Amino acid sequence: MISVYHYLVLSAILFSMGTFGVLTRKNAIVIFMCIELMLNSVNLSFIALSRHLGNMDGQVFVFFVMTVAAAEAAVGLALFITLFRNNETIEVDQVNLLKW
Amino acid sequence: METIFFYLVALVAVLSGLLVISCKNPVNSALGLVNTFFCLAIFYVMLEAPFMAAIQIMVYAGAIMVLILFVIMLLNLGTEVRKRYMHSIAGSATAAALVLAMIVYFVKNGTLSGQVGDVTSEVIANYGHTELIGKALFTEFLLPFEITSILLLVAIIGAVILAKKEA
Amino acid sequence: MYDKLWLIPFFPLLGSVINGLFGKKIKNEKVIGSIATLAIASSFVVSCLCFFTLLDDKVKIHQQVVASWMSIGQLQIDWGFLLDPLSALMIMVVTGVGSLIHLYSIGYMHGEEGFYRFFCYLNLFCFSMLMLVLGNNALVMFVGWEGVGLCSYLLIGYYFEKKSAGDAAKKAFVVNRVGDFGFLLGLFTLFWYLGSEHNVWTVNFVEISQNAHLLPAGGFVVTFVTLCFFLGATGKSAQIPLYTWLPDAMEGPTPVSALIHAATMVTAGVYMIGRMNGLFALAPTTMMVIAIVGAATAIFAASIGLAQNDIKRVLAYSTVSQLGYMFLAMGVGAFTAGVFHLMTHAFFKACLFLGSGSVIHGMHHGYHHAHLHDDPQDMRNMGGLRKKMPITFVTFLVSTIAIAGIPGFSGFFSKDEILWWSFGSNHGSWMLWLVGAIAAGLTAFYMFRLVFMTFFGEQRTDPRAKDHIPESGLTITIPLMVLGVLAVLGGYVGVPAILGGANKIHHYLEPVFGHTIEVNHIAAHGSHSTEIALMATSIAIAVFGIFLAWLMYVKKPELPGKFVGAFTGLHRTIFNKWYVDEIYDALFVNPTKRLGTFFWKGFDVKVVDGIVNGVGALVNLASKGLRYTQSGLVQNYAMTMVLGVIVIAAFYFFG
Repeated sequence: MISVYHYLVLSAILFSMGTFGVLTRKNAIVIFMCIELMLNSVNLSFIALSRHLGNMDGQVFVFFVMTVAAAEAAVGLALFITLFRNNETIEVDQVNLLKW
Repeated sequence: METIFFYLVALVAVLSGLLVISCKNPVNSALGLVNTFFCLAIFYVMLEAPFMAAIQIMVYAGAIMVLILFVIMLLNLGTEVRKRYMHSIAGSATAAALVLAMIVYFVKNGTLSGQVGDVTSEVIANYGHTELIGKALFTEFLLPFEITSILLLVAIIGAVILAKKEA
Repeated sequence: MYDKLWLIPFFPLLGSVINGLFGKKIKNEKVIGSIATLAIASSFVVSCLCFFTLLDDKVKIHQQVVASWMSIGQLQIDWGFLLDPLSALMIMVVTGVGSLIHLYSIGYMHGEEGFYRFFCYLNLFCFSMLMLVLGNNALVMFVGWEGVGLCSYLLIGYYFEKKSAGDAAKKAFVVNRVGDFGFLLGLFTLFWYLGSEHNVWTVNFVEISQNAHLLPAGGFVVTFVTLCFFLGATGKSAQIPLYTWLPDAMEGPTPVSALIHAATMVTAGVYMIGRMNGLFALAPTTMMVIAIVGAATAIFAASIGLAQNDIKRVLAYSTVSQLGYMFLAMGVGAFTAGVFHLMTHAFFKACLFLGSGSVIHGMHHGYHHAHLHDDPQDMRNMGGLRKKMPITFVTFLVSTIAIAGIPGFSGFFSKDEILWWSFGSNHGSWMLWLVGAIAAGLTAFYMFRLVFMTFFGEQRTDPRAKDHIPESGLTITIPLMVLGVLAVLGGYVGVPAILGGANKIHHYLEPVFGHTIEVNHIAAHGSHSTEIALMATSIAIAVFGIFLAWLMYVKKPELPGKFVGAFTGLHRTIFNKWYVDEIYDALFVNPTKRLGTFFWKGFDVKVVDGIVNGVGALVNLASKGLRYTQSGLVQNYAMTMVLGVIVIAAFYFFG
């Protein structure tokens, strides 16, 4: 039988993979995708726990997370376009004007 | 049978996740991510949340990923040619491993508690998942729901203004 | 009438504020001078009313509280005024002489830059002095005490563009500060002792004198307290060892010298001792110290006065010497005589200073006319001025006779009473009398030397200027005449019984000093024949001094030169004021300066600044290193954030 713990551990694995991606990748869009991965792993936890407790609140929360992700995607990608237009790159280690 | 299925899907999800974080070409990463989303949708179905599975596929795999791919194409990004630094990878791996270890530790040793509701498999079977979500959204969470519409509006305006070519 | 008491200090304060704030706009000298003079004259009118009301009143001590100042535990301090015969006499002197000097200043200061400033300070000074005199507790008195110190600083440094004037002002302020330290120390000790030992928390004069019996007579505490107060008095009243500021204070305009350094401020110390007579009488040691210091100052300052050539400087030393007499009187228990001398001295010394101012004014006019830059204050440039300035001459002569102690003039009565008490009092001794009598002789000598050098003999002024020395105008001569009359008549309120007088002032001051004198058994013993003999001796000494002066400076003007030739060393020592300033410089000023320099260069620059700069440098260094954490790379920040989350979560769950 699959318990809620299976889902939670899977979610943890996906989350830490996303973290690793955010910390290592240079391409801003890939970093963005890694963040989506992290968000999704959290969504999985939410739904698993919601089922486990028999409470719909977690699923509603996932709904909101998706909305925010959609908004984030729209704004973030617009930012990347602007960044690319100005810098000819979206590699984050090339963008370091805010330093000492 | 169900357990084996779970492990199989989980394996696919993890492998696709690895694809996301390791591929040099962002298009491949995007495809891996889509794959992960599909796996998660399967899990949602297994968790008796078919509505969430549907919007997972429609919103994430459909809308957001298409948008990302569109941008990747638009910017015509090639493979990452710059070499990665080993020490940065090692550091990040340590951090990620620490995060993983910690969460697993909490999951194993923590007590699972929360507000227990009355939604059982029978209730879902009788009423249907969509109706339950709808009820929750339009009664208890009406105000946050309306506020998300404002958030989306703001996001649209912001995206348009940001992406617009400067006059 | 007593509820109008606050008006007395109020008027000068008002005048000072008006002139201080708007004087620059008013510009018109007559208006400014009138405002100031009117202010102090109004005070004089109110003072007169209070004085005469008090004369007829059965109750002699009145307190009026205007407002509460502070209330701390059991201690209640008010802005309160005290009117008793002593303070009534003082306000009469301060406002009366003050009014005349204000009037005089209008003429004397004519055309000076900062005319309004001068009158503002002058009024402020009168205000402070009146606060000092009228305050019903030691703190209000201290406000006035500090106020006169401040105003004397401002007025001495009136010609602040002159370095010597600025230095003199600073010297006066610093020396006074030494005395103030004594005053405060004494006050705190007294307050602490009465409060902690007897639960009497007060600084009110009336309550202090009522509780004076709580202090053990002759004990350590009362001796210490009174010695501290006496230190304060020596600072303000220019006694040994703190007298050096007063002669230098002659850098100020002459009316200032007359007002501050003759008639009012310097008497503050005498007044303070009179006000606290109940305490001082309890400490015989202090009384002895006061008497000795007073006598020593009297003769010491008189000896310096012998050889000075600056007309104002001679008068300054004469003031110090006369103050010595007042302290001698206080020290032997002759409080009444001391206050009496204070009053007569205020009249004749103000007249002398104003007269010298008139002479300087005339000399200055002459030199100005001839475009010369000689010193208008040097007596060697004067001589024969009696024909040029008859009114100044007559008033000056009258005052000089008064200070020399010739019978019939005011100085005689007061000085003689002091000398008699210093001989006959149970606190006195024949040595004190001898010193006082010799000092009186010296006084007569140098004062007449001054008169003869200035007004008699050949005119030694530069020939180009000698015919352009006019008599001063009416605003200057009227105060001179009034003061001249007072210098003669002022003494008749205290004609001693032995000369058939009623000694009214003695009776008048009875409510203030009577109790103390009675309780402590202070009295002057001696037969009438002794008193008469002493009187005759002192008169003889004074006349001898005058004769000597006449001999040396009129009859045989070559004598002084011979004398100086014979005693070169002595003359040089006296001329240089016994080198006291130099000794003080070597003993106190320079070591203090060196200590200050050491602290400045050694401690302040290295340690204090070092710490401050070091902290700054450390922060700078640390931030120089720390700023490299701001790499500008998003992923570094993300990494930090993840680590932070891990640490916080770990702390939350494992901690």
